[in-house]
Amino acid sequence: MNSLFYQKNSSRNIGDKVFTSLSLICVVIAILPLIFLVTYILIKGGAQITPELFTLEPNPPGDDLDAGGINPALIGTLIITTIASIIAIPVGVGGGIYLAEYSKGGPFSRFIRFGVNVLAGVPSIIAGVFIYSLVVSTKILFGSMYSGLAGGMALSILMLPTVIKTTDEGLKLVPNELRYASLGVGASMYTTILKITLPSAFRSIATGVVLGIARAAGETAPLIFTALFSYYYITGFGDLFYEMGSLAVLIYNFALEPYDAQNKLAWAASFILVLSILSVNIFSRILAAFTEKTKRV
Amino acid sequence: MEEKLALFKNRKRFGIEKNIDIIFKNTALVLSSFVAIILLGIVLVVFFQSFESFSRYGLKFLVTSEWNPVKDEYGAFTAIYGTLLTSFLSLLITIPLGVGTAIFITEDFVPKLFREIIGSFVELLAAIPSVVLGLWAIFVMEPFFRAFFVFLHNFFGWFPLFSTEPTGRNSLLAILILVVMLLPIVTSIARDSLNQVPKKLRNASYGIGASRWKTIFSVILPAALSGIMAGVLLALGRAMGETMAVTMIIGNSNAFSWSLLSPGYTIASMLANQFGEADGSQVSSLFYAAFVLMILSLVVNIFAQWLVKKFSLKY
Amino acid sequence: MIKNTKKAQKNNILSLEDVSISYGKFEAVKNIFCNFKKGDITSLIGPSGCGKSTVLRSLNRMNDLIPNCSLKGTVLFDGTNIYDKRVDPVEVRRRIGMVFQQPNPFPKSIYENIAFGARINGFVGDIDDLVELSLKKAALWDECKDKLNDSGYSLSGGQQQRLCIARTIAIEPEIILMDEPCSALDPISTLKIEETMHELKKNYTIIIVTHNMQQALRVSDMTAFFNAIEYEDGDGGKVGYLAEFNSTKKIFSSPKEKTTQEYISGKFG
Ligand SMILES: Nc1ncnc2c1ncn2[C@@H]1O[C@H](COP(=O)(O)OP(=O)(O)OP(=O)(O)O)[C@@H](O)[C@H]1O
Ligand SMILES: [Mg+2]
Repeated sequence: MNSLFYQKNSSRNIGDKVFTSLSLICVVIAILPLIFLVTYILIKGGAQITPELFTLEPNPPGDDLDAGGINPALIGTLIITTIASIIAIPVGVGGGIYLAEYSKGGPFSRFIRFGVNVLAGVPSIIAGVFIYSLVVSTKILFGSMYSGLAGGMALSILMLPTVIKTTDEGLKLVPNELRYASLGVGASMYTTILKITLPSAFRSIATGVVLGIARAAGETAPLIFTALFSYYYITGFGDLFYEMGSLAVLIYNFALEPYDAQNKLAWAASFILVLSILSVNIFSRILAAFTEKTKRV
Repeated sequence: MEEKLALFKNRKRFGIEKNIDIIFKNTALVLSSFVAIILLGIVLVVFFQSFESFSRYGLKFLVTSEWNPVKDEYGAFTAIYGTLLTSFLSLLITIPLGVGTAIFITEDFVPKLFREIIGSFVELLAAIPSVVLGLWAIFVMEPFFRAFFVFLHNFFGWFPLFSTEPTGRNSLLAILILVVMLLPIVTSIARDSLNQVPKKLRNASYGIGASRWKTIFSVILPAALSGIMAGVLLALGRAMGETMAVTMIIGNSNAFSWSLLSPGYTIASMLANQFGEADGSQVSSLFYAAFVLMILSLVVNIFAQWLVKKFSLKY
Repeated sequence: MIKNTKKAQKNNILSLEDVSISYGKFEAVKNIFCNFKKGDITSLIGPSGCGKSTVLRSLNRMNDLIPNCSLKGTVLFDGTNIYDKRVDPVEVRRRIGMVFQQPNPFPKSIYENIAFGARINGFVGDIDDLVELSLKKAALWDECKDKLNDSGYSLSGGQQQRLCIARTIAIEPEIILMDEPCSALDPISTLKIEETMHELKKNYTIIIVTHNMQQALRVSDMTAFFNAIEYEDGDGGKVGYLAEFNSTKKIFSSPKEKTTQEYISGKFG
């Protein structure tokens, strides 16, 4: 007899149970290594943090037991990411403005949006190869080959799609009524964009851009044959035209060294990199969640 | 009123303002075309740099695995095979895990807060630089799996994929670290696609008495399929182009082997390893390999975009 | 006869001559002839979708902002065709202001909402005075004089709409276009805005779209009734046209067209 009561042993209910457990297992398998990974990096890397780490140059690998610090790499990462931002942000924001504010969904903008997505999918090492043949091997930058500047250019190629996309999407979220309001009182298009639409979209664009910068800061592949690496302090503006270290490349180089001291430096650099990237991410998420609620007030 | 109007001294837009407007627009136009220029530049540069090698080795380059700078013999089969093998196998593992996780966090098995924590945690992990994953793979994953690999070889050694003694760095480890990398991507895209399935579809299925998992398999997953597919393709593109983590753990050997337990190569890791020190026709051959990688990832990406477009028209 | 039309034209601040407007291939309104007299309040009424907003937006080239919207014919403002290639739409909008259906204040302070437009229009006087004067004209001053630095969004819907009116009159346009300015408002705010319009009438020409017959009757001197008919080829699409244009009194007391009669008595729309 059919009953409406829950039947524990019906094949349907058993099947449901099995699949529910399976999906739970998926979560566990997916999440556990990730938790393990993060805690391990934070603990193992955190243990290596000393004040000298931030001030010293790394010692060249060898029997030397003291590995030194990561100062040049830390500063190098800051400089290279700044260069990348200086290139990618104006180009990306400008391009995003064109897509969202001027192009009226015609073939040109569809083509560019498509290109943005394709560029975002280009392997990062290809960006490195590209800048290598364009800048490094031609010595086009005042005769210098490997340089922080070249590294920044390679990174900017990776940042560009993110910046354009967030600008485009951020501006598209601004209600058209605001544009009409501004144009309706006789504002020029550029005034409308600079004074009304961009400020309205500022937070979402800024969040996206900052996340893009954070991601770029950890990119290694584009740097290994553009900025290369350097053991020495960055002392002046001229150093932009020479090999420049970065946390990411330091991790790569020192992870492969057979010496424990260098490996430890790699862990320390990972700790700093991961901690900064994660905090930027978490912070911007909180900010985004917060502004979602307080929008339009 | 007349006298007040006089206060609007410069009501007329002067030439300068009109010009600023035009300059502003055209600057934005030029900046937006940079994307196309860079993309085109990349394709052209890589193509022309690889031309010498292409004309010398032709398509033979793709199917031979000799890589000998001394004899000037180049073939990228090992690297191409490695690229395809590692990316497809890692996806094969990632898809069920990622989609399963996505289902778990879009259904109401556990409270919403809990699901959101899992979801954003997974997404956060996408932000971890791959070089750090590589470091972790070398020092944590490899020792962890060492015994397991020996076991694999001892019991399944008859199977070609496990036919060699495990080495410290090998293709299987590269596949596993790729899984860790791809999981966040697949999970978050699958979750978004599942969330986009209209509620009414689900209710319709429940309405005719289907159980939860019957509904998931026969209604929800099919509806989200193309979105998930697009996500999987994007992940595939990422896997093929992924450099650092793979380079650090795959062992970097050009000797071809069927076994996953022996060192391998991918195009990206070959570039990372050799590009800095290469000269002569080796450079051109590396560019040839880079060109192959670029085409592979372009095809996958364009296909993914096509799917996304098709998908977004549906709802 | 010729003299007569000349004289009539002198009074006409804005005239539509055989205007047709399309969105892509779809023709929204067709063959509109219509003259708006200086100093008048003119209502545009008609059933939903007949193209009132479309026509209104065409009067200060707001339609330019809608992709693939195109206009045939001439719109004469002060004797100039504003669709002439040499005309700068931004200048047109400086002289013909617009208040929209949904209140759309800038995400700035109340003060800045008004100052923004004035500044970009090259206002050289005392902005504080202008803000006060405009808010007073829009009957909003008393309600917000103590919180000029609060966000425009902190106001109620009706207040926001009056802020938008204040913002528009602050730039002293010659004509003010209003697209259903009261549709989102309660009766009290509506009355306030109507009072504002009566006040403004002394200095401005106003063209207002409204679905509210009473409002048209109360505020306007002239009324244009728009209607839409099926395409002749009958594929279900409708095209709008100007069915009747006359003084408000005549339209509401003795309309010439049967459809006008039916519309104002609420038989359709
Ligand atoms: N941006 C647009 N793109 C395409 N078609 C449009 C657009 N705006 C309006 N239309 C079409 O033009 C016709 C006239 O629309 P309009 O908004 O002018 O009507 P309306 O008389 O103002 O209606 P309502 O009283 O509902 O506001 C309608 O058929 C509408 O679908
Ligand atoms: Mg309308």
